[in-house]
Amino acid sequence: MFDKPILQIKNLSKQYGKGCLHCQNDGAQLERNFCPVCKTVYACKDISFDLHRGEILGIVGESGSGKSTLMKSLYFDEEVTSGEGYLIDYHEGKENIFSQSGQQLRWIRNTLLGMVYQNPMLGLKMDFSSISNIAEKQIAAGNRNVDNMVSRSYELLDKVNIPVDRSKEPPKNFSGGMQQRVQIAKALSSNPPILLLDEVTTGLDLSVQAAVLDLIKTIQREMQISMIVVSHDLAVIRMLADRTVVMLNGQIIEEGLTDQILEDPNHPYTQQLVYSLL
Amino acid sequence: MIQVENLQKHFTIHHLDKTLRAIQGISFSVEKGQFLGIVGKSGSGKSTILKSIYGTYRPQSGAIYYESESFGNINLAEATDQEIIHLRKYEIGYVSQFLSVMPRTSAFELVEQSALETGKSPEEAITEAKETLSDFDIDESLWNNYPNYFSGGEKLRLNIARAVVKKPRLLLLDEPTASLDDASKLKVREAIEKLKLQGTTLIGIFHDLEFMEGLCDEVFTMQKGVVNS
Repeated sequence: MFDKPILQIKNLSKQYGKGCLHCQNDGAQLERNFCPVCKTVYACKDISFDLHRGEILGIVGESGSGKSTLMKSLYFDEEVTSGEGYLIDYHEGKENIFSQSGQQLRWIRNTLLGMVYQNPMLGLKMDFSSISNIAEKQIAAGNRNVDNMVSRSYELLDKVNIPVDRSKEPPKNFSGGMQQRVQIAKALSSNPPILLLDEVTTGLDLSVQAAVLDLIKTIQREMQISMIVVSHDLAVIRMLADRTVVMLNGQIIEEGLTDQILEDPNHPYTQQLVYSLL
Repeated sequence: MIQVENLQKHFTIHHLDKTLRAIQGISFSVEKGQFLGIVGKSGSGKSTILKSIYGTYRPQSGAIYYESESFGNINLAEATDQEIIHLRKYEIGYVSQFLSVMPRTSAFELVEQSALETGKSPEEAITEAKETLSDFDIDESLWNNYPNYFSGGEKLRLNIARAVVKKPRLLLLDEPTASLDDASKLKVREAIEKLKLQGTTLIGIFHDLEFMEGLCDEVFTMQKGVVNS
Protein backbone atom coordinates (compact mmCIF):
# COMPACT_ATOMS: atom_id res chain seq x y z
CA MET A 1 0.00 0.00 0.00
CA PHE A 2 2.71 2.50 0.98
CA ASP A 3 5.96 3.16 -0.86
CA LYS A 4 9.17 2.41 0.98
CA PRO A 5 10.40 5.38 3.05
CA ILE A 6 12.52 7.84 1.09
CA LEU A 7 15.03 7.83 3.97
CA GLN A 8 15.60 5.23 6.67
CA ILE A 9 17.93 5.90 9.58
CA LYS A 10 18.90 2.96 11.77
CA ASN A 11 20.71 3.21 15.10
CA LEU A 12 22.64 6.36 14.26
CA SER A 13 25.06 7.32 17.02
CA LYS A 14 27.50 10.18 17.27
CA GLN A 15 29.85 10.56 20.17
CA TYR A 16 32.62 13.05 20.90
CA GLY A 17 35.34 11.15 22.75
CA LYS A 18 36.33 7.51 22.81
CA GLY A 19 34.25 6.36 25.75
CA CYS A 20 35.58 4.31 28.65
CA LEU A 21 34.72 1.18 30.59
CA HIS A 22 32.44 3.23 32.82
CA CYS A 23 30.24 4.78 30.12
CA GLN A 24 30.25 1.84 27.72
CA ASN A 25 28.66 -0.38 30.35
CA ASP A 26 24.98 -0.98 29.82
CA GLY A 27 23.06 1.09 32.35
CA ALA A 28 26.03 3.38 33.00
CA GLN A 29 25.24 6.44 35.11
CA LEU A 30 25.80 9.41 32.82
CA GLU A 31 25.22 13.05 33.63
CA ARG A 32 22.63 13.65 30.92
CA ASN A 33 24.59 12.40 27.88
CA PHE A 34 28.04 13.12 29.27
CA CYS A 35 30.41 10.63 30.90
CA PRO A 36 31.83 12.15 34.11
CA VAL A 37 34.84 9.81 33.96
CA CYS A 38 36.22 10.16 30.41
CA LYS A 39 34.25 13.31 29.41
CA THR A 40 32.80 11.63 26.31
CA VAL A 41 29.64 13.30 25.00
CA TYR A 42 27.02 10.99 23.52
CA ALA A 43 25.40 13.59 21.23
CA CYS A 44 23.15 11.10 19.40
CA LYS A 45 22.48 7.60 20.62
CA ASP A 46 20.71 4.86 18.64
CA ILE A 47 18.55 7.20 16.59
CA SER A 48 16.17 5.41 14.21
CA PHE A 49 13.37 6.88 12.10
CA ASP A 50 11.80 6.80 8.63
CA LEU A 51 10.97 9.72 6.37
CA HIS A 52 8.29 9.22 3.72
CA ARG A 53 7.94 10.96 0.38
CA GLY A 54 6.23 14.34 0.66
CA GLU A 55 6.25 14.19 4.45
CA ILE A 56 7.46 16.82 6.93
CA LEU A 57 9.07 15.25 9.98
CA GLY A 58 9.56 17.54 12.98
CA ILE A 59 12.36 17.08 15.52
CA VAL A 60 11.94 18.89 18.85
CA GLY A 61 13.98 18.99 22.00
CA GLU A 62 15.83 21.39 24.25
CA SER A 63 19.26 22.85 23.51
CA GLY A 64 21.87 20.12 23.76
CA SER A 65 19.39 17.32 23.04
CA GLY A 66 21.26 16.34 19.87
CA LYS A 67 18.92 17.78 17.23
CA SER A 68 21.52 19.80 15.36
CA THR A 69 24.15 17.04 15.61
CA LEU A 70 21.64 14.72 14.00
CA MET A 71 21.05 17.18 11.16
CA LYS A 72 24.78 17.71 10.66
CA SER A 73 25.25 13.93 10.58
CA LEU A 74 22.50 13.56 7.98
CA TYR A 75 24.20 16.22 5.82
CA PHE A 76 27.63 14.63 6.42
CA ASP A 77 28.96 17.76 8.15
CA GLU A 78 29.77 15.34 10.99
CA GLU A 79 30.98 11.78 10.60
CA VAL A 80 28.69 9.36 12.43
CA THR A 81 30.22 7.04 15.02
CA SER A 82 27.96 4.17 13.99
CA GLY A 83 24.63 3.52 12.35
CA GLU A 84 23.08 3.07 8.93
CA GLY A 85 21.17 5.28 6.51
CA TYR A 86 19.36 4.32 3.32
CA LEU A 87 18.12 6.73 0.66
CA ILE A 88 15.64 5.28 -1.81
CA ASP A 89 17.15 7.51 -4.54
CA TYR A 90 20.66 6.16 -3.89
CA HIS A 91 21.14 2.62 -5.24
CA GLU A 92 17.43 2.02 -4.55
CA GLY A 93 18.02 2.22 -0.82
CA LYS A 94 20.31 -0.81 -0.74
CA GLU A 95 23.59 0.91 0.19
CA ASN A 96 24.36 2.38 3.59
CA ILE A 97 25.08 6.04 2.86
CA PHE A 98 27.26 6.45 5.96
CA SER A 99 29.79 3.90 4.72
CA GLN A 100 30.37 5.58 1.33
CA SER A 101 33.56 7.29 0.13
CA GLY A 102 34.01 11.06 0.44
CA GLN A 103 33.32 11.48 -3.27
CA GLN A 104 30.01 9.57 -3.01
CA LEU A 105 29.01 11.53 0.09
CA ARG A 106 29.60 14.79 -1.80
CA TRP A 107 27.46 13.51 -4.67
CA ILE A 108 24.61 12.55 -2.31
CA ARG A 109 24.84 15.86 -0.50
CA ASN A 110 24.90 17.92 -3.70
CA THR A 111 22.14 16.12 -5.57
CA LEU A 112 19.84 14.37 -3.09
CA LEU A 113 19.91 16.72 -0.10
CA GLY A 114 19.43 20.41 0.61
CA MET A 115 20.33 22.06 3.90
CA VAL A 116 19.19 25.31 5.49
CA TYR A 117 21.17 26.21 8.60
CA GLN A 118 20.04 28.35 11.51
CA ASN A 119 23.08 30.52 10.88
CA PRO A 120 23.09 31.71 7.24
CA MET A 121 26.86 32.16 7.44
CA LEU A 122 27.19 28.36 7.48
CA GLY A 123 25.13 27.92 4.34
CA LEU A 124 26.06 30.96 2.26
CA LYS A 125 29.18 32.77 1.16
CA MET A 126 28.24 36.17 2.47
CA ASP A 127 30.51 38.17 0.14
CA PHE A 128 29.49 36.43 -3.07
CA SER A 129 26.40 37.50 -5.02
CA SER A 130 23.18 35.68 -4.20
CA ILE A 131 22.97 34.27 -7.69
CA SER A 132 26.53 32.87 -7.37
CA ASN A 133 25.58 31.21 -4.11
CA ILE A 134 22.67 29.48 -5.82
CA ALA A 135 24.73 28.59 -8.89
CA GLU A 136 27.45 27.09 -6.69
CA LYS A 137 25.22 24.20 -5.63
CA GLN A 138 24.12 23.61 -9.21
CA ILE A 139 27.75 23.40 -10.34
CA ALA A 140 28.46 21.00 -7.48
CA ALA A 141 25.52 18.90 -8.66
CA GLY A 142 27.06 18.69 -12.15
CA ASN A 143 25.30 21.46 -14.05
CA ARG A 144 27.69 23.06 -16.56
CA ASN A 145 25.25 25.03 -18.69
CA VAL A 146 25.49 28.70 -17.71
CA ASP A 147 22.19 29.73 -19.31
CA ASN A 148 20.39 26.92 -17.49
CA MET A 149 21.99 27.85 -14.20
CA VAL A 150 21.10 31.52 -14.52
CA SER A 151 17.49 30.86 -15.46
CA ARG A 152 17.10 28.28 -12.67
CA SER A 153 18.60 30.74 -10.16
CA TYR A 154 16.21 33.51 -11.24
CA GLU A 155 13.30 31.09 -11.03
CA LEU A 156 14.27 30.11 -7.47
CA LEU A 157 14.87 33.69 -6.33
CA ASP A 158 11.42 34.52 -7.61
CA LYS A 159 9.97 31.50 -5.77
CA VAL A 160 11.47 32.66 -2.47
CA ASN A 161 10.33 36.25 -3.10
CA ILE A 162 13.75 37.86 -3.57
CA PRO A 163 13.52 40.57 -6.26
CA VAL A 164 15.54 39.42 -9.27
CA ASP A 165 17.11 42.89 -9.55
CA ARG A 166 18.85 42.21 -6.21
CA SER A 167 20.30 38.88 -7.35
CA LYS A 168 23.78 40.34 -7.82
CA GLU A 169 23.91 41.65 -4.25
CA PRO A 170 25.74 39.55 -1.66
CA PRO A 171 23.66 38.06 1.20
CA LYS A 172 25.55 40.24 3.71
CA ASN A 173 23.47 43.18 2.40
CA PHE A 174 20.22 41.34 3.19
CA SER A 175 18.06 41.07 6.31
CA GLY A 176 17.99 37.82 8.33
CA GLY A 177 14.73 36.70 6.72
CA MET A 178 16.04 37.37 3.20
CA GLN A 179 19.27 35.48 3.95
CA GLN A 180 17.20 32.47 5.03
CA ARG A 181 15.22 32.71 1.80
CA VAL A 182 18.44 32.76 -0.27
CA GLN A 183 19.59 29.69 1.69
CA ILE A 184 16.30 27.95 0.85
CA ALA A 185 16.72 28.86 -2.85
CA LYS A 186 20.28 27.48 -2.79
CA ALA A 187 19.19 24.29 -1.04
CA LEU A 188 16.47 23.72 -3.66
CA SER A 189 18.66 24.52 -6.66
CA SER A 190 19.66 20.92 -7.39
CA ASN A 191 16.03 19.83 -7.01
CA PRO A 192 16.74 17.47 -4.10
CA PRO A 193 14.02 15.09 -2.84
CA ILE A 194 14.91 15.91 0.79
CA LEU A 195 15.34 19.27 2.48
CA LEU A 196 16.88 19.59 5.96
CA LEU A 197 15.90 22.70 7.94
CA ASP A 198 17.74 23.41 11.19
CA GLU A 199 16.04 26.05 13.36
CA VAL A 200 15.50 28.21 10.29
CA THR A 201 13.17 30.71 11.95
CA THR A 202 15.01 31.08 15.25
CA GLY A 203 16.02 34.66 15.87
CA LEU A 204 13.74 36.14 13.23
CA ASP A 205 10.98 38.67 13.97
CA LEU A 206 7.52 37.12 14.22
CA SER A 207 6.27 38.54 10.90
CA VAL A 208 9.46 37.48 9.10
CA GLN A 209 9.20 34.07 10.77
CA ALA A 210 5.64 33.69 9.45
CA ALA A 211 6.76 34.59 5.92
CA VAL A 212 9.55 31.96 6.01
CA LEU A 213 7.11 29.33 7.35
CA ASP A 214 4.60 30.22 4.61
CA LEU A 215 7.35 29.77 2.07
CA ILE A 216 8.38 26.37 3.44
CA LYS A 217 4.79 25.13 3.44
CA THR A 218 4.21 26.40 -0.10
CA ILE A 219 7.38 24.74 -1.38
CA GLN A 220 6.42 21.47 0.26
CA ARG A 221 2.95 21.58 -1.23
CA GLU A 222 4.04 22.55 -4.73
CA MET A 223 7.16 20.40 -5.00
CA GLN A 224 6.07 17.45 -2.80
CA ILE A 225 9.54 17.52 -1.28
CA SER A 226 10.21 15.62 1.98
CA MET A 227 11.55 17.70 4.85
CA ILE A 228 13.11 17.25 8.25
CA VAL A 229 12.47 20.33 10.36
CA VAL A 230 14.38 20.84 13.60
CA SER A 231 12.97 23.38 16.01
CA HIS A 232 12.72 23.99 19.72
CA ASP A 233 9.54 25.95 18.95
CA LEU A 234 6.45 23.73 19.19
CA ALA A 235 4.35 26.31 17.34
CA VAL A 236 6.60 25.88 14.29
CA ILE A 237 6.34 22.11 14.55
CA ARG A 238 2.56 22.25 14.95
CA MET A 239 2.30 24.37 11.84
CA LEU A 240 4.60 22.33 9.62
CA ALA A 241 5.12 18.74 10.70
CA ASP A 242 3.01 15.66 9.87
CA ARG A 243 4.94 13.56 12.38
CA THR A 244 7.26 14.54 15.21
CA VAL A 245 10.05 12.95 17.19
CA VAL A 246 11.08 14.31 20.58
CA MET A 247 14.76 14.17 21.57
CA LEU A 248 16.29 14.33 25.02
CA ASN A 249 19.93 13.78 25.96
CA GLY A 250 20.79 12.47 22.50
CA GLN A 251 17.95 9.93 22.29
CA ILE A 252 14.47 9.78 20.81
CA ILE A 253 12.11 9.53 23.76
CA GLU A 254 8.78 9.79 21.96
CA GLU A 255 7.45 9.88 18.42
CA GLY A 256 4.10 10.02 16.73
CA LEU A 257 1.72 12.14 14.70
CA THR A 258 2.25 15.79 15.59
CA ASP A 259 -1.24 16.17 17.08
CA GLN A 260 -0.64 13.04 19.20
CA ILE A 261 2.60 14.50 20.57
CA LEU A 262 0.99 17.85 21.29
CA GLU A 263 -2.36 16.67 22.66
CA ASP A 264 -1.51 13.30 24.18
CA PRO A 265 2.15 13.44 25.23
CA ASN A 266 3.27 10.37 27.20
CA HIS A 267 6.86 10.92 28.28
CA PRO A 268 7.37 13.21 31.32
CA TYR A 269 9.75 15.43 29.33
CA THR A 270 7.33 15.76 26.38
CA GLN A 271 4.58 16.67 28.84
CA GLN A 272 6.81 19.30 30.41
CA LEU A 273 7.58 20.70 26.95
CA VAL A 274 3.93 20.74 25.82
CA TYR A 275 2.55 22.14 29.08
CA SER A 276 5.07 24.99 28.83
CA LEU A 277 3.62 26.02 25.47
CA LEU A 278 2.12 29.51 25.72
CA MET B 1 -18.94 1.02 9.43
CA ILE B 2 -17.40 1.60 12.84
CA GLN B 3 -17.39 -0.61 15.91
CA VAL B 4 -15.85 0.50 19.19
CA GLU B 5 -15.16 -2.27 21.71
CA ASN B 6 -14.33 -1.77 25.37
CA LEU B 7 -12.32 1.40 24.73
CA GLN B 8 -10.32 2.82 27.62
CA LYS B 9 -8.28 6.00 27.67
CA HIS B 10 -6.34 7.34 30.63
CA PHE B 11 -4.11 10.37 30.85
CA THR B 12 -1.14 10.09 33.17
CA ILE B 13 0.17 13.51 34.19
CA HIS B 14 3.64 12.75 35.47
CA HIS B 15 4.50 15.97 37.28
CA LEU B 16 1.24 15.83 39.25
CA ASP B 17 1.56 12.09 39.74
CA LYS B 18 -2.05 11.79 38.68
CA THR B 19 -4.05 9.60 36.29
CA LEU B 20 -7.28 10.86 34.74
CA ARG B 21 -9.61 8.12 33.55
CA ALA B 22 -11.32 9.79 30.61
CA ILE B 23 -13.26 6.85 29.16
CA GLN B 24 -13.72 3.45 30.71
CA GLY B 25 -14.84 0.48 28.66
CA ILE B 26 -16.93 2.23 26.00
CA SER B 27 -18.58 0.06 23.31
CA PHE B 28 -20.88 1.10 20.47
CA SER B 29 -21.28 0.73 16.72
CA VAL B 30 -22.49 2.92 13.88
CA GLU B 31 -23.83 1.60 10.58
CA LYS B 32 -22.84 3.15 7.27
CA GLY B 33 -24.74 6.37 6.56
CA GLN B 34 -26.06 6.63 10.12
CA PHE B 35 -25.61 9.56 12.47
CA LEU B 36 -24.73 8.88 16.10
CA GLY B 37 -25.13 11.77 18.52
CA ILE B 38 -23.23 11.88 21.82
CA VAL B 39 -24.36 14.13 24.65
CA GLY B 40 -23.08 14.63 28.16
CA LYS B 41 -21.60 17.19 30.49
CA SER B 42 -18.16 18.74 29.96
CA GLY B 43 -15.48 16.32 31.07
CA SER B 44 -17.66 13.24 30.58
CA GLY B 45 -15.33 11.86 27.89
CA LYS B 46 -17.20 12.77 24.70
CA SER B 47 -14.31 14.44 22.87
CA THR B 48 -11.95 11.69 24.02
CA ILE B 49 -14.00 9.17 22.04
CA LEU B 50 -13.82 11.25 18.87
CA LYS B 51 -10.10 12.00 19.28
CA SER B 52 -9.38 8.30 19.86
CA ILE B 53 -11.18 7.44 16.62
CA TYR B 54 -9.30 10.19 14.76
CA GLY B 55 -5.97 8.96 16.12
CA THR B 56 -5.07 12.05 18.15
CA TYR B 57 -5.34 10.08 21.39
CA ARG B 58 -3.73 6.68 21.81
CA PRO B 59 -6.10 4.48 23.83
CA GLN B 60 -4.73 2.17 26.55
CA SER B 61 -6.93 -0.76 25.56
CA GLY B 62 -9.90 -1.73 23.47
CA ALA B 63 -10.45 -1.65 19.73
CA ILE B 64 -11.90 0.71 17.12
CA TYR B 65 -12.77 -1.30 14.01
CA TYR B 66 -13.41 0.82 10.93
CA GLU B 67 -14.40 -0.45 7.49
CA SER B 68 -11.94 1.42 5.34
CA GLU B 69 -12.12 1.75 1.59
CA SER B 70 -8.33 1.52 1.40
CA PHE B 71 -7.45 -1.00 4.11
CA GLY B 72 -10.57 -3.10 4.65
CA ASN B 73 -11.46 -3.69 8.31
CA ILE B 74 -8.78 -1.86 10.31
CA ASN B 75 -8.35 -1.39 14.06
CA LEU B 76 -7.70 2.35 14.40
CA ALA B 77 -6.41 1.89 17.94
CA GLU B 78 -3.45 0.00 16.49
CA ALA B 79 -3.08 1.71 13.09
CA THR B 80 0.35 2.97 12.02
CA ASP B 81 1.08 6.67 11.59
CA GLN B 82 1.11 6.24 7.82
CA GLU B 83 -2.29 4.54 7.87
CA ILE B 84 -3.78 7.30 10.02
CA ILE B 85 -2.29 10.00 7.77
CA HIS B 86 -3.79 8.25 4.74
CA LEU B 87 -7.22 7.87 6.36
CA ARG B 88 -7.27 11.52 7.42
CA LYS B 89 -6.44 12.55 3.91
CA TYR B 90 -9.00 10.42 2.12
CA GLU B 91 -11.61 8.97 4.47
CA ILE B 92 -12.03 10.46 7.93
CA GLY B 93 -12.76 14.12 8.67
CA TYR B 94 -12.73 15.89 12.01
CA VAL B 95 -14.33 19.22 12.83
CA SER B 96 -13.74 20.90 16.17
CA GLN B 97 -15.23 24.11 17.48
CA PHE B 98 -11.87 25.81 16.97
CA LEU B 99 -10.39 26.79 13.65
CA SER B 100 -6.67 26.14 13.59
CA VAL B 101 -5.02 27.32 10.38
CA MET B 102 -1.76 28.43 8.85
CA PRO B 103 -1.49 32.18 9.37
CA ARG B 104 -1.94 34.35 6.29
CA THR B 105 -3.89 31.73 4.37
CA SER B 106 -7.15 32.93 2.87
CA ALA B 107 -10.45 31.13 3.45
CA PHE B 108 -10.52 30.08 -0.20
CA GLU B 109 -6.96 28.70 -0.10
CA LEU B 110 -7.79 26.70 3.03
CA VAL B 111 -10.68 24.89 1.37
CA GLU B 112 -8.82 24.58 -1.94
CA GLN B 113 -5.76 23.05 -0.23
CA SER B 114 -7.98 20.60 1.55
CA ALA B 115 -9.40 19.46 -1.81
CA LEU B 116 -5.91 19.30 -3.34
CA GLU B 117 -4.76 17.00 -0.52
CA THR B 118 -7.15 14.33 -1.74
CA GLY B 119 -5.46 14.32 -5.13
CA LYS B 120 -7.90 16.60 -7.00
CA SER B 121 -6.53 18.53 -9.98
CA PRO B 122 -6.04 22.29 -9.39
CA GLU B 123 -9.08 23.06 -11.58
CA GLU B 124 -11.30 20.57 -9.73
CA ALA B 125 -10.07 21.87 -6.37
CA ILE B 126 -11.00 25.45 -7.33
CA THR B 127 -14.48 24.40 -8.51
CA GLU B 128 -15.16 22.32 -5.41
CA ALA B 129 -13.85 25.00 -3.06
CA LYS B 130 -16.22 27.53 -4.65
CA GLU B 131 -19.17 25.15 -4.41
CA THR B 132 -18.47 24.21 -0.79
CA LEU B 133 -17.95 27.79 0.39
CA SER B 134 -21.23 28.76 -1.30
CA ASP B 135 -23.01 25.75 0.26
CA PHE B 136 -21.97 26.98 3.67
CA ASP B 137 -23.15 30.48 2.86
CA ILE B 138 -19.75 32.08 3.27
CA ASP B 139 -20.06 35.34 1.42
CA GLU B 140 -17.90 35.59 -1.69
CA SER B 141 -16.50 38.90 -0.47
CA LEU B 142 -14.83 36.96 2.38
CA TRP B 143 -13.21 34.25 0.30
CA ASN B 144 -9.89 36.05 -0.10
CA ASN B 145 -9.75 37.25 3.50
CA TYR B 146 -7.84 35.66 6.34
CA PRO B 147 -10.14 33.73 8.73
CA ASN B 148 -8.72 35.68 11.71
CA TYR B 149 -11.12 38.46 10.72
CA PHE B 150 -14.15 36.17 10.52
CA SER B 151 -16.98 36.05 13.06
CA GLY B 152 -17.30 32.95 15.26
CA GLY B 153 -20.10 31.56 13.06
CA GLU B 154 -18.17 32.15 9.84
CA LYS B 155 -15.08 30.47 11.29
CA LEU B 156 -17.08 27.40 12.29
CA ARG B 157 -18.76 27.12 8.91
CA LEU B 158 -15.38 27.48 7.22
CA ASN B 159 -14.03 24.75 9.49
CA ILE B 160 -16.79 22.38 8.44
CA ALA B 161 -16.42 23.38 4.76
CA ARG B 162 -12.74 22.48 4.94
CA ALA B 163 -13.58 18.96 6.14
CA VAL B 164 -16.60 18.45 3.89
CA VAL B 165 -14.83 19.41 0.64
CA LYS B 166 -12.85 16.16 1.00
CA LYS B 167 -16.10 14.19 0.96
CA PRO B 168 -15.11 12.01 3.92
CA ARG B 169 -16.73 8.61 4.45
CA LEU B 170 -16.73 9.21 8.21
CA LEU B 171 -17.09 12.67 9.69
CA LEU B 172 -16.47 13.39 13.37
CA LEU B 173 -18.11 16.57 14.66
CA ASP B 174 -16.84 17.88 18.00
CA GLU B 175 -19.39 20.49 19.07
CA PRO B 176 -19.51 22.24 15.71
CA THR B 177 -22.54 24.30 16.67
CA ALA B 178 -21.22 25.63 19.98
CA SER B 179 -21.74 29.39 20.17
CA LEU B 180 -23.47 29.59 16.78
CA ASP B 181 -26.54 31.74 16.22
CA ASP B 182 -29.75 30.11 14.98
CA ALA B 183 -29.23 31.07 11.34
CA SER B 184 -25.72 29.57 11.32
CA LYS B 185 -26.97 26.44 13.09
CA LEU B 186 -29.53 26.03 10.35
CA LYS B 187 -26.77 26.14 7.73
CA VAL B 188 -24.82 23.48 9.59
CA ARG B 189 -27.95 21.36 9.92
CA GLU B 190 -28.65 21.63 6.17
CA ALA B 191 -25.05 20.64 5.44
CA ILE B 192 -25.29 17.60 7.73
CA GLU B 193 -28.57 16.54 6.11
CA LYS B 194 -26.90 16.78 2.72
CA LEU B 195 -23.96 14.69 3.91
CA LYS B 196 -26.33 12.06 5.27
CA LEU B 197 -28.06 11.90 1.91
CA GLN B 198 -24.65 11.35 0.28
CA GLY B 199 -24.10 8.36 2.58
CA THR B 200 -21.55 9.89 4.96
CA THR B 201 -21.40 8.24 8.38
CA LEU B 202 -21.39 10.81 11.18
CA ILE B 203 -20.58 10.86 14.87
CA GLY B 204 -21.26 14.18 16.54
CA ILE B 205 -21.09 15.80 19.95
CA PHE B 206 -23.68 18.45 20.66
CA HIS B 207 -24.96 20.34 23.66
CA ASP B 208 -28.07 21.38 21.84
CA LEU B 209 -30.62 18.56 22.09
CA GLU B 210 -33.08 20.47 19.92
CA PHE B 211 -30.50 20.59 17.14
CA MET B 212 -30.08 16.83 17.23
CA GLU B 213 -33.79 16.10 17.02
CA GLY B 214 -34.72 14.44 13.75
CA LEU B 215 -31.07 14.52 12.66
CA CYS B 216 -29.48 11.70 14.67
CA ASP B 217 -30.40 8.06 14.16
CA GLU B 218 -29.21 7.22 17.65
CA VAL B 219 -28.11 9.23 20.69
CA PHE B 220 -26.27 8.16 23.82
CA THR B 221 -25.34 10.06 26.94
CA MET B 222 -21.89 10.00 28.52
CA GLN B 223 -21.39 10.36 32.24
CA LYS B 224 -18.00 10.18 33.94
CA GLY B 225 -16.36 8.25 31.14
CA VAL B 226 -19.08 5.62 30.65
CA VAL B 227 -22.19 5.37 28.50
CA ASN B 228 -25.20 6.20 30.62
CA SER B 229 -28.00 5.09 28.33
